Amino acid sequence: MSSKSVATRVGAVLLTFYSGLAMSSKYNFPEPQSAIAQDVYDQHIFVMWICLAIFIAVFGVMFYSVLKHRKSLGYKAANFHHSTLVEIIWTAIPCAILIVMALPATKTVLAMKDTSEPEITIKITGYQWMWGYDYLQGEGEGISFYSKLSTPRAQIENKEPKGENYLLEVDNNLVVPVGKKVRVIITANDVIHAWWVPAFSVKQDAIPGFVRDAWFKADRIGIFRGQCTELCGKDHGFMPIVVEVVEPEKYAQWVSEKQKTSASAMTTAALN
Amino acid sequence: MAVVQDVHGHGHDDHHPTGIMRWVCTTNHKDIGTMYLWFSFAMFLVGGFLAMGIRAELFMPGIQILEPELFNSFTTLHGLIMVFGAIMPAFVGLANWQVPMMIGAPDMAFARMNNWSFWILPVAASLLVSSFFVPGGAAAGGWTFYPPLSTQGGMGVDMMIFAVHLLGASSIMGAINIITTILNMRAPGMTLMKMPMFVWTWLITAYLLVLVMPVLAGTVTMLLTDRNFGTSFFNAAGGGDPILFQHIFWFFGHPEVYIMILPAFGVVSEIIPTFSRKPLFGYSSMVYATASIAILSCVVWAHHMFTVGMPTVGQLFFMYATMLIAVPTGVKVFNWTATMWRGSMTFEVPMLFSIGFIFLFVIGGFSGVVCAIVPIDIQVQETYYVIAHFHYVLVSGALFAIFGAVYYWLPKWSGRMYDEKLGKWHFWLCMFFFNLTFFVQHFLGLAGMPRRVPDYALQFADFNMVSSIGGFGFGLTQLLFLYIVIKCIRSGEKAASKPWDGGTTLEWTLLLLHHIIALKHLQSLSNSVREVWIHRAIKLKK
Repeated sequence: MSSKSVATRVGAVLLTFYSGLAMSSKYNFPEPQSAIAQDVYDQHIFVMWICLAIFIAVFGVMFYSVLKHRKSLGYKAANFHHSTLVEIIWTAIPCAILIVMALPATKTVLAMKDTSEPEITIKITGYQWMWGYDYLQGEGEGISFYSKLSTPRAQIENKEPKGENYLLEVDNNLVVPVGKKVRVIITANDVIHAWWVPAFSVKQDAIPGFVRDAWFKADRIGIFRGQCTELCGKDHGFMPIVVEVVEPEKYAQWVSEKQKTSASAMTTAALN
Repeated sequence: MAVVQDVHGHGHDDHHPTGIMRWVCTTNHKDIGTMYLWFSFAMFLVGGFLAMGIRAELFMPGIQILEPELFNSFTTLHGLIMVFGAIMPAFVGLANWQVPMMIGAPDMAFARMNNWSFWILPVAASLLVSSFFVPGGAAAGGWTFYPPLSTQGGMGVDMMIFAVHLLGASSIMGAINIITTILNMRAPGMTLMKMPMFVWTWLITAYLLVLVMPVLAGTVTMLLTDRNFGTSFFNAAGGGDPILFQHIFWFFGHPEVYIMILPAFGVVSEIIPTFSRKPLFGYSSMVYATASIAILSCVVWAHHMFTVGMPTVGQLFFMYATMLIAVPTGVKVFNWTATMWRGSMTFEVPMLFSIGFIFLFVIGGFSGVVCAIVPIDIQVQETYYVIAHFHYVLVSGALFAIFGAVYYWLPKWSGRMYDEKLGKWHFWLCMFFFNLTFFVQHFLGLAGMPRRVPDYALQFADFNMVSSIGGFGFGLTQLLFLYIVIKCIRSGEKAASKPWDGGTTLEWTLLLLHHIIALKHLQSLSNSVREVWIHRAIKLKK
């Protein structure tokens, strides 16, 4: 096989493979549901293209050499071992590439950090092993509940067939309205946890004794799932996050229902 | 002269115990190097056993073999044993064997400390392994043992802390020994800029070790007192800060990553020129690149912590600094490529492992750049993407380089050749199963599978099964390696004193027999007599 045909084949395989990457979310980030997540998704694709180009360039040269410059083909070794110019060139080019990568990333970092002027603020508390949500400000203020894994134990122990959302389902979803800036204030009660919803590109460690914040604005309605991503003990793998993004009217309805049930619960508590 | 008379008065072997005591008391760098290498291989098998447990549990969704708590102990100990028990001692073993030979020194500078720094290791290892059997089980807070999780947990955590102390002490002793040997015992005429690259990378690595190991010792001590003596370094309720631990840990932990990869760079920089029959391209730029990687590695630690919620400026600084490491690393890869270019290459097993190293390490480097970019890292942090990334740099990086080094120098060490055909099998099986195991983990991470979980959602099932099959294959393949090494030592063909025609470094030009005889004498001779011997040895080499 000539080296050219090898190169073509390798290139073709890589390209097919790569387009596979870009298309299906099984091989890539889940479909982004917010502007920030879209930025992150695009930057990742961009960086992958650059990596692919460098990969082909470097290993193209290396494998050409591996194929051609063999002792078995009678190739005699040259004896060069130094070139300052070449060294400068291949130091400068990577620097330039890195700047190109760092610019959009810097913009996104600044945007991610801008938690100002939220429409709704929710405090999230990590517990061993569930999440607590307190709506602090905006529509729904005062709502407070826990959110625990709802997958039955029997499914985990392989005694029942596993459901569609195995390990990614909870008893109480975090409900937020579509298109509103939601600021989340995150802390923990016992050990460090991390709150992650891939579709919004939000991941923030929940640190006991400290509060940190992050924000997201969902573009579309739907149910988006995530998991705790900081090892927090034996049930670390069993404290998922489910965010339900709904229309504003439906959100208002959910808020009034929640407030009614908590009010009646309080009255019952007071009467008792 | 009294010393010399004394030596002649007794038989030469009087000072050398036999049987097991020969190994316990030995101060010979070669014996100690051998013990380091066998120890690290034993720990590699123990860590590998834990990995098999992890992959078996993750073979299918649901909990089958390991309960979550035990699973966490498996991942924790797998990490600790592989990092501190397998990879690091293996490189120290290589240094013990090779550094004195490559610089023309008769032995390590502190021969007795060398013995001690090895014999601490089995003690630390038994603490780690036996912690599985104490009440409460082994540490289960991850190999990074972040508090407050690590302040929970039983005696196993304290045993782990003590083991880390011992391993750190051993590493510091080893590093000081290597630095002193390299700086003081080079053959006349071997200036620093004439040292083989393996010696250079180890010199820089040793400085990194001396710099960061005490930091690790400090942080685990604080953890120990938090756990047992009521201090609150990492407890917010007592005025401490859990994130402080992460900063100190990673100030150790990131240079640690380079401690495990710089000697690998050194090994590859020896092997590639030998089998390309061409001098290393850009020797001085390789030295500078290694040094800049080492320096940069000390100012990038917080890229392991992009999700703790640090200030914007902090995130940006650590992102830029981390990305910058790609430049000297790139220079190294380009230099290796330029070394191969227009060489006269042959592809014996050491060369195969070196090319495999470059190929896969570059993939790990790419995913490293991806992880360096803060917004992307926030998505992939603590997912299988990160697992894939660091196994590409530590398994197909550090471990492949160690395999390459063993095949490369085994003829020197044992005087016998390994089985080339079996060695090639070992390489290709490693390549196949390694990629089967870890390449798919990139996809798992991108699609959202967190690391350190014993069970997972159904969409991750097929890749996990592929990864587990690859993992079992990779594990079994290492038994082949054991067989090849034993076969070589026991019944390999006799090797020439210079088995690789392209080798240029000093170890290939030593007269083997002369060297061994000289060593036996040298250990008990006074300094002035030793000088005479060294000069005579160097004359003979010429």
